[in-house]
Amino acid sequence: MVEQDAIIKTLDLNCFYDELQVLRNINLEIYRNEILGIIGPANSGKTTFLRALNRLNSLNINYRQQGVIRFEGQDATQIPDSVLRRKIGIIFAMPQVLPITIYENVAYGPRVHGVKDGQRIDALVMESLQKAYLWDEVKDRLQTSATKLSGGQQQRLCIARTLAVEPDVILYDEPCSGLDPISTARVEDAMQQLSQQYTQILVTNNTKQAARVSHRTAFFLMGELVEVDNTQVLYTNPSDKRTDDYLTGKFG
Amino acid sequence: MNGAKLREKIAFTVLGFVTLLVILPILLILYYVISRGWGAMSWEFLTQNPRNGMKEGGIFPALVGTILLVIGTMAFSLPLGILSAIYLVEYARDNLFTRMIKLSVVNLSGIPSIVYGLFGFTVFVVFLHFGASILAGSLTLAIMSLPVIITSTKEALEAVPMSYREISLSLGATRWQTIRYCVLPYAIPGILTGTVLSLSRAAGETAPILFTVAAFYLPHLPRSVFDQVMALPYHLYVISTQVPNVPEKFSFGTGLVLIALVCLMNVVSIVLRAHFRKKKQW
Repeated sequence: MVEQDAIIKTLDLNCFYDELQVLRNINLEIYRNEILGIIGPANSGKTTFLRALNRLNSLNINYRQQGVIRFEGQDATQIPDSVLRRKIGIIFAMPQVLPITIYENVAYGPRVHGVKDGQRIDALVMESLQKAYLWDEVKDRLQTSATKLSGGQQQRLCIARTLAVEPDVILYDEPCSGLDPISTARVEDAMQQLSQQYTQILVTNNTKQAARVSHRTAFFLMGELVEVDNTQVLYTNPSDKRTDDYLTGKFG
Repeated sequence: MNGAKLREKIAFTVLGFVTLLVILPILLILYYVISRGWGAMSWEFLTQNPRNGMKEGGIFPALVGTILLVIGTMAFSLPLGILSAIYLVEYARDNLFTRMIKLSVVNLSGIPSIVYGLFGFTVFVVFLHFGASILAGSLTLAIMSLPVIITSTKEALEAVPMSYREISLSLGATRWQTIRYCVLPYAIPGILTGTVLSLSRAAGETAPILFTVAAFYLPHLPRSVFDQVMALPYHLYVISTQVPNVPEKFSFGTGLVLIALVCLMNVVSIVLRAHFRKKKQW
């Protein structure tokens, strides 16, 4: 299922906000077409790690970073922002849709990347919504406002919007923290289906969610990567005591 | 009736009364100007030159002059103000220098308009040899309107949620695409409000145009931007205080036309705002 071919590789990644170090010497490989779960208590640097990968951290002017991130074997700093962010899409914690129509939300990405052909955009919108398991629910009201969708539908719309720019990697930043269990299940279904074609990284506070969907799981604690292993191994037989303590609810 | 209800009733009455006090002067002014100026309103008043020492005829050149000045002011202050606000909010780093710029922009709006007039006279009329002209007057009024335009544009941009920018950037849009498609459309209503407010003020100002453009009496229309024009506020000043025996209804009629012009600008902005809101489905 998982090819041992790293699409993203971080080498001694250190991240700072002003003087505060939030990530320490992270060395992590992400394999092509896997779902990597990242678990850990609040403030352990999970989100910062995610946002370092598509360089969204740099929007914060107090942010500094050391170390190397390799994407497809290439030093990521050599790749322009707009190319890197297109290849590595992100789904935010709260469903964040633009207050425009469902159609325009999905079409926004292709449009900024210069797709002008209306039929091509139509096809991309439909294909992306289908992949995100939203098409059947919205196909009759593409021209209504996206803000009228439910939270779970909005989150799947965000996934469709990301898919529309044809990324290789999709990052999820606690994508189900604001959703009910049924909507969560729908989003997880969508992730499972997408894993045939995309590399996915899932940051979650919910250890059960990581156990359900991820192939491998990484445990972050206080800015350090404690361990990373196949999900089953990590959950049943972790090699580090701190992982065991966290998973059994001794802290966090 | 118990105590809490009574207190609430008293509070509402007081608040309502204070609100009425605030609106009252505006209503009185409107009533006063309309009742005394309405008699002057006629097609002739709007389309004729002043005649017989401004005691007869109309205000046509002043009306055209003011409209030209508003257009000229807009041509300079709109692009300058909006673009610099975009720079300050979206691009500039937050450091001592930009904070000083922001502070001075706010403070500029507190400078008396006569000072802008003197500045415009020294720089545009004398130093740059524009002479007293539409160009010099528009530039002076534009500089006076800039602080309000910049401040309101800045506030409108800052009110657009940060998440819209993140969405757009995370999809690989460039900074400018993000501003163009994900920020500006949602800021336009706020920008319009500030701009119209500022231009309305420019339309009614006398001091900045006193030395830079306004003509006492000029019964023909300008041929180029280097010509002088008459303007409504200055014309109002002239016929009220400088020329004897002008009928009272002429002064109030001029004031009424000026008020109507400003109202018209506000109506246009309301229509535009509604149009953009509808299009974007806030």
